[in-house]
Amino acid sequence: MTEQDKILEKATSEDYKFGFTSDIETDIIDKGLNEDVVRIISAKKEEPEWMLEFRLKAYRNWLKMEMPNWAYLKIPPIDYQSISYYAAPKKKPQLSSLDEVDPELIETFNKLGIPLEEQKHLAGVAVDAVIDSVSVKTTFKETLAERGIIFCSFSDAVKEYPDLVKKYLGNAVPAGDNYFAALNSAVFSDGSFCYIPKGVRCPMELSTYFRINSANTGQFERTLIVADDDSYVSYLEGCTAPMRDENQLHAAVVEIIAMERAEVKYSTVQNWYPGNKEGKGGIYNFVTKRGICRGDHSKISWTQVETGSAVTWKYPSCVLLGDNSHGEFFSVALTNNHQQADTGTKMIHIGKNTRSLIVSKGISAGVSNNSYRGLVKVSKRAENARNFSQCDSLLMGDKCGAHTFPYIECANKTAILEHEATTSKISEDQVFYCNQRGIKTEDAIGMIVNGYAKEVLNKLPMEFAVEAQKLLAISLEGSVG
Amino acid sequence: MIETKQYTAGEELVNLFTANREMYNEGCPVFMNGAREAALEKFYKAGIPSKSNEDYKYTDLRPVFQNDFEVVPRYVEQSVDLHEIFKCDVPQLNSHIILLINGWYYGRNRRVGEFPEGVICSSLQHAANEHPEIVEKHYNKYAAASADPMVNLNTAMAKDGLFFYVPDNVTIEAPVQVINIMYSKENTLALQRNLFVLGKNSEARIVFCDHTLNENYYILNNLSECHIEPDSRFGFFSVQNQHNGAVNITSFFANVEKNALLDTNTVTLNGGVVRNNIKVQLVGEHAHANVNGLTLADEKQHVDNFISIDHAVPNCTSSQLFKNILDDHSKGVFSGQIHVFRDAQKTEAFQQNNNVLLSETAEMFTKPRLIIDADDVRCSHGATVGRIDEDALFYLRARGIGEKEARLMIMFAFADQVLSQIAVPVLRERLEDLVERRLRGELGPCQHCTLNNKK
Repeated sequence: MTEQDKILEKATSEDYKFGFTSDIETDIIDKGLNEDVVRIISAKKEEPEWMLEFRLKAYRNWLKMEMPNWAYLKIPPIDYQSISYYAAPKKKPQLSSLDEVDPELIETFNKLGIPLEEQKHLAGVAVDAVIDSVSVKTTFKETLAERGIIFCSFSDAVKEYPDLVKKYLGNAVPAGDNYFAALNSAVFSDGSFCYIPKGVRCPMELSTYFRINSANTGQFERTLIVADDDSYVSYLEGCTAPMRDENQLHAAVVEIIAMERAEVKYSTVQNWYPGNKEGKGGIYNFVTKRGICRGDHSKISWTQVETGSAVTWKYPSCVLLGDNSHGEFFSVALTNNHQQADTGTKMIHIGKNTRSLIVSKGISAGVSNNSYRGLVKVSKRAENARNFSQCDSLLMGDKCGAHTFPYIECANKTAILEHEATTSKISEDQVFYCNQRGIKTEDAIGMIVNGYAKEVLNKLPMEFAVEAQKLLAISLEGSVG
Repeated sequence: MIETKQYTAGEELVNLFTANREMYNEGCPVFMNGAREAALEKFYKAGIPSKSNEDYKYTDLRPVFQNDFEVVPRYVEQSVDLHEIFKCDVPQLNSHIILLINGWYYGRNRRVGEFPEGVICSSLQHAANEHPEIVEKHYNKYAAASADPMVNLNTAMAKDGLFFYVPDNVTIEAPVQVINIMYSKENTLALQRNLFVLGKNSEARIVFCDHTLNENYYILNNLSECHIEPDSRFGFFSVQNQHNGAVNITSFFANVEKNALLDTNTVTLNGGVVRNNIKVQLVGEHAHANVNGLTLADEKQHVDNFISIDHAVPNCTSSQLFKNILDDHSKGVFSGQIHVFRDAQKTEAFQQNNNVLLSETAEMFTKPRLIIDADDVRCSHGATVGRIDEDALFYLRARGIGEKEARLMIMFAFADQVLSQIAVPVLRERLEDLVERRLRGELGPCQHCTLNNKK
């Protein structure tokens, strides 16, 4: 029984208290948000009292806040009362074979090079119970359990490892951190919890497992990763496959805690539905991601490839608390048609000898707007802090925009901070050179863009780097010529 | 008898205005008074800027307006001759000297010198009445769109300042030195409004010197609008040298037409809280703007340079270079923006901000922004915050130069990159001298300023 099935069953069985079973899809809570809704969500998930307190505190904070308007984004007003905050994951219509799947989707899968079995899974085709991916999943679980690694859904973690969750939840992103984080803290549906014990090096990319799992992630997702002393984990969120989702608003929170000498590498490929060519529809993606390098010599590295969503508002951050800790941010953000992205990072230097590196590559095409917004802050006691930031923008077409808003705050004279940014376009010479050698303009652009983004793509786990490259080319389709 | 009252909070400024509306309107033509109400409304809504205003994120002006000060809505004739008590010690500047006192054009200016025919150099209020055809065309045309509460406060309440008009094809060789003096027995908020209009193919250079003549608490809200017609060249150099308790909010709006050139340099040598708003709009093709600045701050000084350059049409170029040297508990802020409008192709815009922190407690905030809506452009920005390069220091020491002297040499070289771009040779040499003395810790301010006039 999968996670979703469990939740669905739990929810439906509660609704029908007389032992009446039904497989009718049900939205359990009416639209709107109030304190009762928060209580109901918590009750449905059978959460302990402290979890409810956490949600209520966040909700009360949220009430006092206003939606931030400082980003360089045009967002139509969002009616938070017209959203349903708890719905058991809907079952996708089960298709009997790939033939029934939207051919456009299949084409994209093929371009991305996704294996056939996975394609079926992603497209919601009924799959045989013994297909590879399932057995692989089981094997993974065993391997992880052997090493004492906890990797489960957030709801399970609350039940099975309440001490750990209680200890770390809200450490990096407190309940009242910002508007969207507070909203998420109040109503989050589910997500993942990951704990790497002391001295353990996670033997695999947690990505592979998660990818299969990620086809049905909820609207308000919450992820908590704790890497104890001397541990290492690499985690990949998201999926290169196109994600069509009915929910327009996504407000996720990711928290990472890295203890002494621990290293966490977090990679994201975001490919939510960006809306159509006229800018109708598409996902609003408002994400709060923050990691704390709590221990000395710890390291957190964010890598993101953002190609989807109509509006992206996302600033994966590192709080460099421990001495000699290290934060990294690598980003490729691509916007096309009417997409808007305001994304970047925050590096907060607090410990001594902390280092941070920011490499951001923005690509805008069509009539999109792509902004980098980042903060590098050096506090008074952060001796010998070092930062280097590079933000490059690539413009494709004369109707798009590329913007840079770096903030540098320095309160320690021993710090050395550098910021560089350039804006350029693909030169006609480069395209001509490729054309001459028999490469079509579209392919040439794809090649040039990939070369431009290579520095970041190289940071992705191997298998995804290949797909991400193709994804960039696909996302740019139709923007040339 | 002039009615003066003590006011504390910023909101009360609005009440002050409403209560004395006639006095504020008195002597000014309709187009000036007509702009007051809308601006006041905007000021009232926004209030005194605090950190919640993104443009004032690092400069909270509310405490600044907490002190008691008076606002004088009429020109007060001074009992002493300002030419006697104030002597700028840049004698070689050989320029026209124009004095302004607490934001008002000084009534007994007598070192203005001869200008070529057609040049108008007078009080703004006077010019607005005498030459409405020129003033009305440009007054509040460039500042009106601003959301900045300090700009709107100025439009609402300022009555006078300098008006400077250069007709077509006229070149004024000698730089015009404008000395803005704060001198009053009371703590004072001064509102000064200037307008510079340069006709086609003309040339002029203006040097602004901001001074305080005693230790009273002063807030100077000084706004200049500047319209530069095609093929003209205009230099605007601002030297800020007020005492450590003074507040200087200077706004400069420039509208630069085809083939025209604007060259500005803001050198902040001393001051309490300093905010420089510079907004340049390049509205004609092949226009060029150089916007540079240097700040030397120590003690508890706070200097905020807020720059915005709009490339509204294709083929324009601009360059920004701002440097800060911060010591003691001082805070430096740089916020520079380049906005390339849609279809402003072939734009070349560069921005550079370098900062040196000399003490454990100095702080620097920098926000170099690019907003680019055209694709065929070359834009770049760079920002650094750091300390003196140890390798450079070692290089000099290895050649027998003492550590202190070596540090000075490096800092001076750092600062001189900005100063060397000043196109008025005597002013440049003078500033180089002042900066060097300032870096040496010898009190650099001009000799006839505050420190020598403490009595």
